[in-house]
Amino acid sequence: MGKIIDQIKAGKTLVSDGAWGTFLQKKGMEPGECPEEWNITRADDVFDIAKSYIDAGADMIETNSFGGTIYKVEKYGLADKVFELNKAAAEISRKAAGDKYVLGSVGPTGKILMMGEVSEEDLYDAFKVQVQGLEAGGADAIMIETMTDLDEARLAIKAAKENTSCEVFCTMTFDKTVDGEFRSMMGIAPTDMVNTLIDAGAELIGANCGNGIEDMIGIVEEIRKANPDIPVLVHANAGMPVYDDGQTVFPETPDEMAVLVPKIVAAGANIIGGCCGTTPGHICKVREAVDGK
Amino acid sequence: MSELLAKIAECIEFGKINKAAPYPPQMKGQDGADEFTAKAIEEGVNAQDILTEGLMVGMQKVGVKFRENKVFVPQVLMSAKAMSTAMLHLKPFFASGAVKQKGTFIIGTVEGDLHDIGKNLVSMMVEGNGYKVVDLGTDVKAEQYIAALKENDNAIVGLSALLTTTMVNMEKITKAIKEELPGAIVTIGGAPVTEDFCEKIGADSYAADPQGLVEYLDSKVA
Repeated sequence: MGKIIDQIKAGKTLVSDGAWGTFLQKKGMEPGECPEEWNITRADDVFDIAKSYIDAGADMIETNSFGGTIYKVEKYGLADKVFELNKAAAEISRKAAGDKYVLGSVGPTGKILMMGEVSEEDLYDAFKVQVQGLEAGGADAIMIETMTDLDEARLAIKAAKENTSCEVFCTMTFDKTVDGEFRSMMGIAPTDMVNTLIDAGAELIGANCGNGIEDMIGIVEEIRKANPDIPVLVHANAGMPVYDDGQTVFPETPDEMAVLVPKIVAAGANIIGGCCGTTPGHICKVREAVDGK
Repeated sequence: MSELLAKIAECIEFGKINKAAPYPPQMKGQDGADEFTAKAIEEGVNAQDILTEGLMVGMQKVGVKFRENKVFVPQVLMSAKAMSTAMLHLKPFFASGAVKQKGTFIIGTVEGDLHDIGKNLVSMMVEGNGYKVVDLGTDVKAEQYIAALKENDNAIVGLSALLTTTMVNMEKITKAIKEELPGAIVTIGGAPVTEDFCEKIGADSYAADPQGLVEYLDSKVA
């Protein structure tokens, strides 16, 4: 099967999966439940999600491990289960993926380094256990995502590079400022991230979450201006959530997302997938668009 | 005296905590909010003036710059840290009643949601603008907000949420608060929250940024 990066270098555009968090909620996960605990208690439901994206035509699927560091799972009394929960997450996706790739999802810890809440060593160690669990469960790559702080992203990349033999990817989350520029919550611009993430060892960079696929085009263009060669991935939200009769819904339809796929490929993206609110229906349409159907 | 207050405001605005702090680079080696506040008290500057004409002036500037995306979370956090360091010097004056706070603000992240970065940021900025803040933490249920409102006369309450799935709990909590305490003022905020959502669930005010909340609170206590 080879490396994901090699496929990109060979000129392929690949399709990733869609949302996990919002999908788990549809499967009945209540607010206040630990999503990663489902890898043990509701493994069949987690498998269904993974499988549905493979069936939709994705070349790769993520794992149910976004909040899988100790700093998140300790809030649910699962501090001693970090390795186990992440391993189980990767095993489920591995089983569903067949000959497709598994990206082990790693999200932010929610701790802020500059406030002295944690040390760099603490964060590195937290990511280390998580990525080791993901590799043990069969992840091909580590997908560090939704990062807003460069230092935290750098430490996660380093932990993955130094403690696994997986490919290491990292995407950050950007919003549009009032002046129409893209910045992360911590003030990082897409161009700021490029060299830091690559120097830390990321073999692919990009953006995830945010306000929908349209903004992603501008973000990819900025990344491409700073670096024409680095493989780029986007996992876009299905727009901004709107509230409707007791629940929030993401408004962007599969067709609305798919129609922008050629534009984002033209901007320089190599892998396209979804984030919050996207479904197998979205990924199916993205697959068709990438295949030029 | 006014020069000293201007210095204090500047330290808060740029997040200069004390002389030893390396941040911000352009103020390296200079005295910070800590030293200037101590000096002001030593020189007999009225503690209320230190708060309202020094610290709060700086905090207001940060709040406006944050709203305009001129600064981001890290700068605000450093300003908040400078503020809390300076406030330690004012503690005795709060205790004695020599310095009055504008009012009380109760805040918490709603039931089911464990995220606290936004809630903490708002909490620090409201405090830095002269309010007493009662922070109920995360995963806060309606009863806890209600109990805190009963304990703090005329307090205004703020609900925070990061997730699209937990923001729906704001509706339930707002209704429970209003039912128990019809006069209570409920404000809401968080990444997925909008003005439209605020109207639909019957909350009193939505702010897209901490400064917006501070301005709303100021309009209510004035």
